[in-house]
Amino acid sequence: MRHLLSPLDLSVEEIDGLIDVAKKIEKNPKAFRHVADGERLATLFYEPSTRTRLSFESAMLNLGGTVIGFSGASNSSASKGETVADTVRVVGCYSTIIAMRHHKEGAPMVASQFSPVPIINAGDGGHQHPTQTLTDLLTIAREKGRLDHLTIGLCGDLKFGRTVHSLITALVRYPGVKFVCVSPEELRLPDFVREDVLEKNHVPYKEVDNLEDVMPELDILYMTRVQRERFFNEEDYLRLRDRYILDGEKMKLAPQNMIVLHPLPRVNEISLEVDNDPRAMYFKQAQYGVYIRMALIMFLLGLEVPEV
Amino acid sequence: MINISGIEAGYVIDHIASGKWRLVYDMLQLDKVEGQVAIITHANSSKYGKKDIIKVEGLIPLNLDLLGFLDHNITVAVVKDGKLVEKKHLSLPQEVVGVATCHNPRCITSEERGLKQIFVLRDREKRVYRCKYCEEKLEDFK
Repeated sequence: MRHLLSPLDLSVEEIDGLIDVAKKIEKNPKAFRHVADGERLATLFYEPSTRTRLSFESAMLNLGGTVIGFSGASNSSASKGETVADTVRVVGCYSTIIAMRHHKEGAPMVASQFSPVPIINAGDGGHQHPTQTLTDLLTIAREKGRLDHLTIGLCGDLKFGRTVHSLITALVRYPGVKFVCVSPEELRLPDFVREDVLEKNHVPYKEVDNLEDVMPELDILYMTRVQRERFFNEEDYLRLRDRYILDGEKMKLAPQNMIVLHPLPRVNEISLEVDNDPRAMYFKQAQYGVYIRMALIMFLLGLEVPEV
Repeated sequence: MINISGIEAGYVIDHIASGKWRLVYDMLQLDKVEGQVAIITHANSSKYGKKDIIKVEGLIPLNLDLLGFLDHNITVAVVKDGKLVEKKHLSLPQEVVGVATCHNPRCITSEERGLKQIFVLRDREKRVYRCKYCEEKLEDFK
């Protein structure tokens, strides 16, 4: 039985395979309508989420499966003190696959040690978010035509930004990838990413605090939100939240073929005027997220890919 | 009176960093050993200047992984019939369970009941261990 806890749980070949299936789904979604008949996804979301949970649910429903679950720890037995281990052992009796979001880092790994069905990490604290990464990789593959030889700017909260950690972890396996990390000093990459992923794999990267200076050299700009829920100190959040705002003026500095990604939700970090720029890909990203999650569910459940 | 120079059967745990005998003693739970335990601290060492030594009477089960995690320079000599029969050199264990605690307040180990603390060796050269669950680096264990 396979789980997806980190992007490294999938080989490069397996990720390429998922991207191929997602492209097939995009071309002919009707052919996949009954692929997961009889399967049931449980979405265990201990933390609020709109798009990830709905994206997972849409993915399973599009495949012909059904969905159960809860959203928010207060709506679950966690509020009564139930452990993650107990919850998944029980929910595993009601479902054939589980997507879990949890505020505690490593909770999906605990779940995977006790669950009778595959576990998908749908975001654990400030740690990892591998299905957002699959979404990002599909978006890059579709919009840039490749996953190698790219310069990726990562901007905002790189310390607690789990989407950033997962994306870097996945992309270092492709040749010619470089990272430009744009953040205030307090929100730089954690050492488990900088030392264990970037430096260990000899991947070129630089850490800067000015976005304008590096805009011209980027193939991709990955904006992130400074997340209030990751701060123990409200003052720090208020001081840092609006440090980077991507607007029309800054977009003038970017190459014409650069693309802008964002895991969403955005708050102030991308001005609304950028939405109309053809380089803004963040809403398309949300659509790609459903396709790649469909491909992932099929993969983890061992479902056959229909001939298209 | 204990004769610390001679053991019929047991261990000589040598090359403990000077002043660190207590960590080894506690980690191996030597207070529960029935036989005699002798502690020599600040002994002269040609290699380290000063060192601590612990002699344990009785061939009790020893968790060498724990010792390797604490300090892989420690050596363990096995004594049988008053003679040194084996010298064990320690290496860093791939995983240590239930010895150290993850200090990341966002880690699941801070909340989930019954979950063992596990640290995994990530970089042998730099001796970096990280929490299996949240990947927080284990700092200043010693």
